[in-house]
Amino acid sequence: MIISALAFYLFATLIVASGVMVIVSRNPVHSVLFLILAFFNGAGLFILLGAEFLAMILVVVYVGAVAVLFLFVVMMLDINFVKLREGFLNYLPVGGLIGLILLIELLMVAGGWAFSAQAVPGPGAPLSALAPDPGVSNTLAIGKLIYTHYFYLFQAAGLVLLVAMIGAITLTLRTRKGVRKQNIAHQVSVNAKDRIELKKVKIRGGV
Amino acid sequence: MNGLPNFLPALPEIFLVLTVLGLIVYGAIKGEAESRFIGYIAVLALVVAQVLEMSLSPAHSVTFNGLFQSDRYSIYMKSLVLLGSALSLILSFDFQDHEKSERFEYPIFVLFATIGMMMMISANDLISLYVGLELQSLPLYVLAAMRRDTVKSSEAGLKYFVLGALSSGLLLYGASLLYGFTGTTEFSGLAAAFSESSGHPPLGVIFGLVFLLSGLAFKISAVPFHMWTPDVYEGAPTPVTAFFAAAPKIAAMALLVRVLVGPMGPLTAQWTQIIVFLSLASMILGSFAALNQTNIKRLMAYSSIAHVGFALVGLAAGNVDGVRGVLIYMTIYLFMTIGTFAIILNMRQHNRMVENIDDLAGLSKTHPMMAAAMAIFMFSMAGIPPLAGFFGKLYVFLAAVNAGLYTLAIIGVLTSVVGAFYYIRIIKLMYFDKPHEPIDRKVGRDNAIILTATALFILLFFIYPRPIISAATVASTSLFGGG
Amino acid sequence: MYFGFGGICSHGSQWLLLIPARARQGFIRLTSFLAEYLPILVFFFIAFGLAGFILLASWIIAPQHPDTEKLSPYECGFEPFEDSRGRFDVRFYLVALLFIIFDLEVAFLFPWAVALGDIGLFGFWSMVFFLGVLTIGFIYEWRKGALEWE
Repeated sequence: MIISALAFYLFATLIVASGVMVIVSRNPVHSVLFLILAFFNGAGLFILLGAEFLAMILVVVYVGAVAVLFLFVVMMLDINFVKLREGFLNYLPVGGLIGLILLIELLMVAGGWAFSAQAVPGPGAPLSALAPDPGVSNTLAIGKLIYTHYFYLFQAAGLVLLVAMIGAITLTLRTRKGVRKQNIAHQVSVNAKDRIELKKVKIRGGV
Repeated sequence: MNGLPNFLPALPEIFLVLTVLGLIVYGAIKGEAESRFIGYIAVLALVVAQVLEMSLSPAHSVTFNGLFQSDRYSIYMKSLVLLGSALSLILSFDFQDHEKSERFEYPIFVLFATIGMMMMISANDLISLYVGLELQSLPLYVLAAMRRDTVKSSEAGLKYFVLGALSSGLLLYGASLLYGFTGTTEFSGLAAAFSESSGHPPLGVIFGLVFLLSGLAFKISAVPFHMWTPDVYEGAPTPVTAFFAAAPKIAAMALLVRVLVGPMGPLTAQWTQIIVFLSLASMILGSFAALNQTNIKRLMAYSSIAHVGFALVGLAAGNVDGVRGVLIYMTIYLFMTIGTFAIILNMRQHNRMVENIDDLAGLSKTHPMMAAAMAIFMFSMAGIPPLAGFFGKLYVFLAAVNAGLYTLAIIGVLTSVVGAFYYIRIIKLMYFDKPHEPIDRKVGRDNAIILTATALFILLFFIYPRPIISAATVASTSLFGGG
Repeated sequence: MYFGFGGICSHGSQWLLLIPARARQGFIRLTSFLAEYLPILVFFFIAFGLAGFILLASWIIAPQHPDTEKLSPYECGFEPFEDSRGRFDVRFYLVALLFIIFDLEVAFLFPWAVALGDIGLFGFWSMVFFLGVLTIGFIYEWRKGALEWE
């Protein structure tokens, strides 16, 4: 009990700290690494909530793929943070004001939330048939719904993935001219008559 | 466990999905040689989808477990979107011939974007709204950057992508706030939740509404979320710009209307103020900023911002007449835009595309028919009777006046007058100025047909407007839950 | 949720009776579920501690006298001619992107595999259609040559 409370505060502190370090780091690669740390702690928080599938997806997809892409972009573009950050002090008053306004708005919304054990879900609450059985793991609960109840969204997600694939190839694939590639199937299927030609030569004739 | 969902209302979408999957495989195996054929099949598929769409039963049906809905409104708007996509795809063939930039992925992306648009219009849930929006946006980002070897196109694609992704994020945040404060994402559930707390929605709901509207306002390029429009319209290849100006704008407007009238219906008092502001700002900025433009694609971008502002006047009225005005305006807007872009696609000198407005000088002497068509479109956009554009403005302003929004209507009329300046300036250039460098003689056949057809529609709309008006009235009534 | 959890110590479990029955079931299930992850938390602490200890030891014991000359890059005695970063090829990015697409496909496969018994024939065929859609993408990238690394 006390351990899960400790773990929560530990993960939460680390997420906030790494979030701040993402913005404050001088080196862009450090920023991405702190972002990865934030993702791992987020996965920890998900596990504390009992959503182990989400935690796994966070690690596999976000850290394993998205953060890698971030690193590629950071390495591809030679970002000079020092140059980028010049003139920061000029923007501080206006930026600070906007940030303060947003913070106040966030507090207004959060402060209006009712924390109570009797908090009843809104009148449009999801069907009770969909409420997960507490004895069922997160993965199984999600699996029972996505492929049947939310079939439409699942297929649409598949189409979005397909578009992303084709779009990426359309925009980035370049074939270099003059590259000689082997076509193994072609080489293996060659016949003798494609390569050798018997010529009848007259005596003292030459070819 | 439920049985099989009812696939029938989604039949046009399913047909288009199967077609595009087949076309991808065909294109991948056959290569670039067959691009034109794939383009023709894509247009044919859009026409068949249009037929399927119009033959759907008009009764309101909700399927796929409450994620997808079909009613007269969605049939009407989806027909418009399909028409816009088909016409802009046809316009692109001639361009690709000249630029030798044939890629078979182009019609495939257009088809995907159209499928996304149709999914958006039929959304009955915040999640299916978002997925449809993303399915529409991703191909559009790629299309904007299609000419990846030119700086302008890459820049347009990058700008569109970054700003579009940001706005999708805002929209999703708003949707999550709405879910958090009501417990459901389905439109009917949201409407029920809001009408329970009618008059005093919780603060979080207002926040969610504002974020949601911000994301959607980006897609229709309403001020102050319009910054991407001029740069993206100018940088993208011209047929892509034609597509942008036609179909996605109509789809996003249809979605906005549906979201505001459906789940946000009980919150009308809250969102009317926002829409009034968006409308005013768009009309004013669109009209004034276009005065300085020299590039015709940028001019069209600002004019489309102004048109969106006018359409939003109808939405601000918030009743059946208002939405009917929006639908009529968008229909006429579609034809005007497609026609104008058909002319812009013909602006070629020595076989190179030109984009300056001054290149249209003296068009009446070199291409009298094209100049006449352009004059029709420009007068229509300015709202001069008896052309169709006047009727669009008439219906939206009438609805606004009947709902008591007098200031909005007056400012709308005034900005129309300001906007008329740059439209009439183009006409003056064509008819009263000498040509410096004439536009190439040859006009593609498909292009000419579309030009003529749209110009005739705009010209003769006033003779027999009944079919469009009554279709729009029926669609608008069905949106508000009647019939 | 955690404002409640944080304030409670576990001496005696009578406080559990204060929670309504269904939530109690879920709560008990949650704690036994979390207990399975306890070893991972212990690993985390050990890893963090060990790494921290090594860094700390190095920081304390090692002599540190940084000097601009010592820290500058070495190029056979000359000043560096240009930035040492080479041009990054966009092909790497394409590979990573294709990886992410198929990674997401696999992520969708996990809950399906776990729930296959409960979703019946319709669930089975819906996943097959999804896999078909992504296979079409695979055919496309194969034929276009995106899988060739020149």
